[in-house]
Amino acid sequence: MLKVKNLHACVAENKSIKILNGLDLYIRKGEVHVIMGPNGGGKSTLANILMGRPSYEITNGEVEFNGKSILDLAPDARSHLGMFLAFQYPVEVPGVRPWQFLKASLDAKAEANREKKISVREFTKIFNQKVEEVGINSNLIKRSLNEGFSGGEKKRNEILQLQIINPLLAIMDETDSGLDIDALRIISDGINSMRSNQRSFLIVTHYQRLLNYVKPDFVHILVGGMIVDSGGPDLALKIENSGYKDYIK
Amino acid sequence: MLEAFDKLGIPLHEREKLAGVAVDAVFDSVSVATTFADKLAELGIIFCSFTEAVQNHPDLVRKYLGSVVPYTDNFYSCLNSAVFSDGSFTYIPPGVKCPMELMTYFRINTEGSGQFERTLIIADKNSYVSYLEGCTAPMRKSSQLHAAVVELVALDDSEIKYSTIQNWFPGTKDGQGGVYNFVTKRGRADRSAKISWTQVETGSAITWKYPSVILKGDNSVGEFFSVALANNHQQADTGTKMIHIGKNTKSTIVSKGISAGKGNNTYRGSVQIMPKAENATNHTQCDSLLIGDKCGAHTVPYIEVRNPTARLEHEASTSKVSDDQLFYLMSRGLSEEEAHHMIITGWSRDVIKELPFEFAVEASQLLKVSLEGAVG
Ligand SMILES: Nc1ncnc2c1ncn2[C@@H]1O[C@H](COP(=O)(O)OP(=O)(O)OP(=O)(O)O)[C@@H](O)[C@H]1O
Ligand SMILES: [Mg+2]
Repeated sequence: MLKVKNLHACVAENKSIKILNGLDLYIRKGEVHVIMGPNGGGKSTLANILMGRPSYEITNGEVEFNGKSILDLAPDARSHLGMFLAFQYPVEVPGVRPWQFLKASLDAKAEANREKKISVREFTKIFNQKVEEVGINSNLIKRSLNEGFSGGEKKRNEILQLQIINPLLAIMDETDSGLDIDALRIISDGINSMRSNQRSFLIVTHYQRLLNYVKPDFVHILVGGMIVDSGGPDLALKIENSGYKDYIK
Repeated sequence: MLEAFDKLGIPLHEREKLAGVAVDAVFDSVSVATTFADKLAELGIIFCSFTEAVQNHPDLVRKYLGSVVPYTDNFYSCLNSAVFSDGSFTYIPPGVKCPMELMTYFRINTEGSGQFERTLIIADKNSYVSYLEGCTAPMRKSSQLHAAVVELVALDDSEIKYSTIQNWFPGTKDGQGGVYNFVTKRGRADRSAKISWTQVETGSAITWKYPSVILKGDNSVGEFFSVALANNHQQADTGTKMIHIGKNTKSTIVSKGISAGKGNNTYRGSVQIMPKAENATNHTQCDSLLIGDKCGAHTVPYIEVRNPTARLEHEASTSKVSDDQLFYLMSRGLSEEEAHHMIITGWSRDVIKELPFEFAVEASQLLKVSLEGAVG
């Protein structure tokens, strides 16, 4: 599904800041991959680059999604292909209602893929149902997107979007940080219920506790803009005990 | 009537909804048609062209015309008073809540002409009316002048809600032609009366316009909600005057200015608290949004307080559409243009939500069309 080959990237405005330095990653359909690593290692940068954030420049390497190079595609086109990023820091958009935003998102995708748009009535039904499942306070949903939401509420809102947009590849950047134990369970249940042989996950996390609920197929360690180690769930346990000191030269 | 609109290409979305709105159309300052007049007449509501009003209701016209905006007020109101040929007249009798939106559509058709229409709305005691005004003009190379006067009289306990969508021709991309929109709008609110101005200003080459409220009666309320957009070479200089005369008077100002291209947007407003206006309050919020780096936003608030019990608040902000917001929306599948549009209409929401529903949809579309080429 996703192939990242020898990816080098720097900050577009200041090319001397090199963040990814030859990163390889290969995710097949149906797999759940976890990326862990020290602060500043480049995890969020990778997640953002995969989604097409223009503030980074690719200096070398290739990214393919379902066999097609996506590096020339804008973020909206990547979204239409089935990619999704749950943000580490979701931004506030004043005056825009979550309902309106998500409906527009589904409509844009339907239009791009020449599918029929979902009716307002059907969408509202799904929306209300998911809002309840994700445990978002219904007052919150009447407010502007992310405006004045608490950290945990923002994360739940990202999960709401994930569940409604229903992507093929979900990239989740520290969605489990700052969550209370109930929310962590809701998010894990959400991920588990969405797992299928057609859908893959790339989950960035600092905490092994998420992996008590979501069993990954692979765990990768990202340090200095490269994957320096890969393994199964055991690798996360090892990190939990001994940290990253073995990987940092 | 609706067919006539069609032929003229008046860009009213969901035009069929107009079937439930009473419409008066004024082309080149001549009123061409008024709908639903009979139904309104049953309630004693007068909604007609100015010419008809002069013929059929001379007492009302004589009593109120020029009572809020005298012909000596300013150069353009004087010009208007001298030459106006027609316009729109509305009277709501005591105790009557007007059951439908009243709407006037103004249009300048003839090249080389100006428009000098006059609007007079009187809400008698304890009555209510919501009035909409829409403006368009086709593209012309030469500039045109629009110098209208709008007078509102809200008698005791009444309420007038006046909404405008102004889409006069803004001129070409390089600043040729376009309408000079120099309009005087003012209302008088008597005891416990309320006047609310809402405007979405996307058109005209130059706009000078300050819909104002004289808060004459005790407990009267004045509101001004505005979104003004200046793209290409447009200049929008708009704002309000709130003149507090009565006790416990209250005013609210929400002004949103969007500047793009080489456009310039100025909020110019004045809040005056007169010596007898005990416990007057005003809240003013002025927000500016900049798109690109060749446009300008200016805020010129005047405050004059002559009673120490007054309470005034002023908030102002200037922002840009952030790359983070754009990326967030685009990562959910919205095109760059759609993302911009959503962010901008969201930002303008506090004003757009004050508009009647059909107008709100149209206003949002207008913002989109007016910004084409400025974003993306
Ligand atoms: N736009 C940018 N401009 C300058 N430096 C940047 C930019 N984006 C990322 N960096 C730098 O690149 C490095 C990697 O950042 P990134 O956010 O990817 O780390 P991370 O692994 O997600 O860290 P954390 O675990 O703290 O979230 C950091 O040193 C960061 O300061
Ligand atoms: Mg990060």
